[in-house]
Amino acid sequence: MYETKYHRASTVSDAAAMLKNADDGKLLSGGQTLIPTMKQRLAAPSDLIDLRHIGEISGIVKQADGSIRIGAATCHADVAASEDIKAVLPGLADLAGTIGDPHVRHMGTIGGSVANNDPAADYPAALLALGATIETNKREFSAQDFFTGMFETALDEDEIVTAVVFPVASNTAYAKFPNPASRYAMAGVFVAKTGAGARVAVTGAGQDGVFRMPDMEKALDGNWSADAVAGMAPSADNMLSDLHGTAAYRANLVTVMAKRAVAASS
Amino acid sequence: MTAEGIGARVLRKEDKRFITGNGRYTDDMTMQRMGHAAFVRSTHAHARIKSINTDDAMKMPGVDAVLNGHQLVADGIGNIICGWMIHSKDGSPMNMGAYRALESETVRYVGQAIAVVVADTQQQARDAAEAVVVEYEDLPAVVDSLDALKDGAPQLHPEAAGNLIYDWEIGEEAPTDEAFANAAHVTRMDIDNNRLVPNPMEPRSALAHFDPSEEHYTLYTTSQNPHVARLVLSAFYNVAPENKLRVIAPDVGGGFGSKIFIYPEEIACLWATKRVGRPVKWTSDRTEAFLTDAHGRDHHSTAELALDANNKITGFRVKTVANLGAYMSLFSSSVPTYLYATLLSGQYNIPNIYANVKAVYTNTTPVDAYRGAGRPEATYVVERMMETAAKEVGMAPAEFRRINFVREFPHQTPVIMAYDAGDYEASLDAAMKAIDYDGFAQRRTQSEAAGKLRGIGMSCYIEACGIAPSQAVGSLGAGVGLWESAEVRVNAVGTIEVLTGSHSHGQGHETTFAQLVSDRLGLPTESISIVHGDTDKVQMGMGTYGSRSGAVGMSAIAKALDKVEAKAKKIAAHLMEASEGDIEIENGELKVTGTDKKLTFTEVSLAAYTAHNLPEGMEPGLKEGAFYDPTNFTFPAGCYICEVEVDPDTGVVSIENFVAADDFGTIINPMIVEGQVHGGLVQGIGQAMLEHTQYDEDGQLLTASYMDYTMPRADDVPSFTLETTVTECPGNPLGMKGCGEAGAIGSPPAVINAVTDALGIRDMNMPASPNRVWQLIQDNGMKEAAE
Repeated sequence: MYETKYHRASTVSDAAAMLKNADDGKLLSGGQTLIPTMKQRLAAPSDLIDLRHIGEISGIVKQADGSIRIGAATCHADVAASEDIKAVLPGLADLAGTIGDPHVRHMGTIGGSVANNDPAADYPAALLALGATIETNKREFSAQDFFTGMFETALDEDEIVTAVVFPVASNTAYAKFPNPASRYAMAGVFVAKTGAGARVAVTGAGQDGVFRMPDMEKALDGNWSADAVAGMAPSADNMLSDLHGTAAYRANLVTVMAKRAVAASS
Repeated sequence: MTAEGIGARVLRKEDKRFITGNGRYTDDMTMQRMGHAAFVRSTHAHARIKSINTDDAMKMPGVDAVLNGHQLVADGIGNIICGWMIHSKDGSPMNMGAYRALESETVRYVGQAIAVVVADTQQQARDAAEAVVVEYEDLPAVVDSLDALKDGAPQLHPEAAGNLIYDWEIGEEAPTDEAFANAAHVTRMDIDNNRLVPNPMEPRSALAHFDPSEEHYTLYTTSQNPHVARLVLSAFYNVAPENKLRVIAPDVGGGFGSKIFIYPEEIACLWATKRVGRPVKWTSDRTEAFLTDAHGRDHHSTAELALDANNKITGFRVKTVANLGAYMSLFSSSVPTYLYATLLSGQYNIPNIYANVKAVYTNTTPVDAYRGAGRPEATYVVERMMETAAKEVGMAPAEFRRINFVREFPHQTPVIMAYDAGDYEASLDAAMKAIDYDGFAQRRTQSEAAGKLRGIGMSCYIEACGIAPSQAVGSLGAGVGLWESAEVRVNAVGTIEVLTGSHSHGQGHETTFAQLVSDRLGLPTESISIVHGDTDKVQMGMGTYGSRSGAVGMSAIAKALDKVEAKAKKIAAHLMEASEGDIEIENGELKVTGTDKKLTFTEVSLAAYTAHNLPEGMEPGLKEGAFYDPTNFTFPAGCYICEVEVDPDTGVVSIENFVAADDFGTIINPMIVEGQVHGGLVQGIGQAMLEHTQYDEDGQLLTASYMDYTMPRADDVPSFTLETTVTECPGNPLGMKGCGEAGAIGSPPAVINAVTDALGIRDMNMPASPNRVWQLIQDNGMKEAAE
């Protein structure tokens, strides 16, 4: 790791000021990707601004309209254990419980995960399927607009994610096929019945990051069953291919995981 | 026999310090004014070095020195050696390219050390190493051993035309060919053994210190054999004479073979410490470990098995190409030859065997011994062939093995080894019973009903351990003897230190060796300390590898104990005015048989040191040493059976049950042996299902971190069922055979035999990763549809 300066922010505006004043600063929100990258000497920010201790962006709130608002600095373990979330969006709690290992789940945060938009991260599938809203210190995004490509989001350089709001849905479930080595998703499929109809979002498999499966959604609107999606797969042309999975294999996994997610949903 | 003696499940004495963070590893050591080393490493698999510019690096804060290979050679540091001479079948010695600790002309693998920086802190050293500018002229690279043998392949070393290190053979070719000419059935397979990265938990580390007042060097290092390290550093690398070099291997966090060898970094630290006038420490990071720790396996083989009309094996013919990487490591030449092809007879009576092995240079990390070293490769070939041949002739795999088992001992194979004892049917029976082999068909039906594929596969392995009789290995080309030494020092108050040339880096010697002494003298293990890993304390030793510490290291202790007991009995007889022959040792006391006269071991020890009343002419003291050189290898053997279920939708293989029935001869501590078997099985299953080392065509290592290299995790393996059968080894006083490598040797073919059984196919490569298994199902399904 190269030398860097660590700052602990206590408010969001405090963090924004720190970032502005830094030469080449980076926001730190759990650091489960950034710190290993820095240890490998592949990233060398001059300053790290730690968001994890900002009280105003921590915690889980069930709002009056039934939606769940999760502060950006909330760690995965808290989402996995939340009774409020388990009651209304059990698929989301399950997803958080499968991220990394216990160490990762107690350090990594939802804000850090969505801002990084790793193509194999789990949360983007839930955000996209559930039509979540991403709140920042400047504005709000729909998940559809927020995730723009592999490691790419609509965030400005100096913009800080403050919360993610999940509207109510039913039949939420997440099925993940992990990479045997890293255990990141090789294909993670989140399904839900939302106010706008059935939703199927896929992470880990696509070349451009998280994506939806409109064919599956349409089929599930008519018949919410694993069989309804059995014959449907994304085009292998758009799938990632690497040592652990060819594009054809990943396309197959999307189908299998979609079936399993639907079967597990209730 | 005591409560802590042979056969007792004594908890490990060393675990308290390991679990509480009080282990003392090389990287824990620190010295005043210590500098830190970082290496400039090749980013190219094959390139000529046009220039090395250190100007910017030298100006960076804290930097003491930037040293390169020109200076190393000028200072007379010798090239890295290979300690086992192999001759090709035409009689010519192996073709060895020059291997320098720091290369300054042509780099041949990614990660090869070019220069070393010494600075005040590790970060400063690394920053400066990055600032060294190496100008390369790229050369074409070759990574696969079969490609390296082709006409027109990039050439690595001028000394090795066609990249061929040796073209070696064993066995008789003509009678073997004749057996094939007369065969009723021939099974032929192409069998690959995938390359592995050892991945011990503790990465390599070295701390070197030069004391100018004594002209004396000290090296703390992560070694499985510190005495061999001192010998080689002194005799071949010209660092210092042996009496001016102390090598200490303190707590070492796993080795699996990769810490047998003397690497460029240790040499460079020793050399640099004198030049910079301060202690120098280097500790590998995980990426360096992937790039520079000697890799394991990497064979391409073609095997043929000839059967007569009664399905008895009449001949076995094997051609193997072994990838040894870019340079020859310390024992790399022996691994695909005498540690491999001598085991091709397996557990079977095979009258004719012929094997040909070509060892090849490629632009990859050097390959050397890794847990099992040659014997896993042999077992994989033999047991894949046995399973396949049985199916081809329509016999049950177990029955086919039974009718071909060696049943009379000693048994001379056509490939050097003389098996001394064993009962192969006993372990086969024990394993089949434990896994309920007969109930498999029903379990398969149940799996099919659930949409899953179920398979079962076995592996009857044999290994040659204890490595081994010095005269024998000397005649085969080894550069060292392979005995072991021990010294038993009894203190005046009856406590004991045992000095051993074996080295413990996870094996639990501090417990098991103490159990042997406890068993013999009736003393509690807490009063017995095992001292190892320091050339200033233990005079000489050959170290730990090849499952040798029990069979060879403990045999040396037993011999030393014989002498201690004999002297103690003489003293006791003298003091109690009894006949020496009437003294027996029991429960820490020396008793006169048939009387109530006795002395405690402490009283006798004290008498030896006060020396007020010793037998006429006896020297004071109670301290004895012994060297033990075995008369033969030992031959652990057993039967492993693996049962898997395959999810055809994803290709995921899950091991539903795994039984290991082993014959290790005498067992000192069953708990520790079970731990050794568990660890070995996980490494073997890792090879068969998860681990794989992949280079791209330019020689870049693609699997250089745990993001891509699949290490086995606890949830990848089932709870194992272990069975033990015992035939004592007649070759050593304790009847021990060794247990350290068995799990890694026997398990890969059992897994692959089970997976191919589940899929209903004959051939597949390791690892049985989900993608590969799924693809095989697709291909097979298409084949079936076409038929």
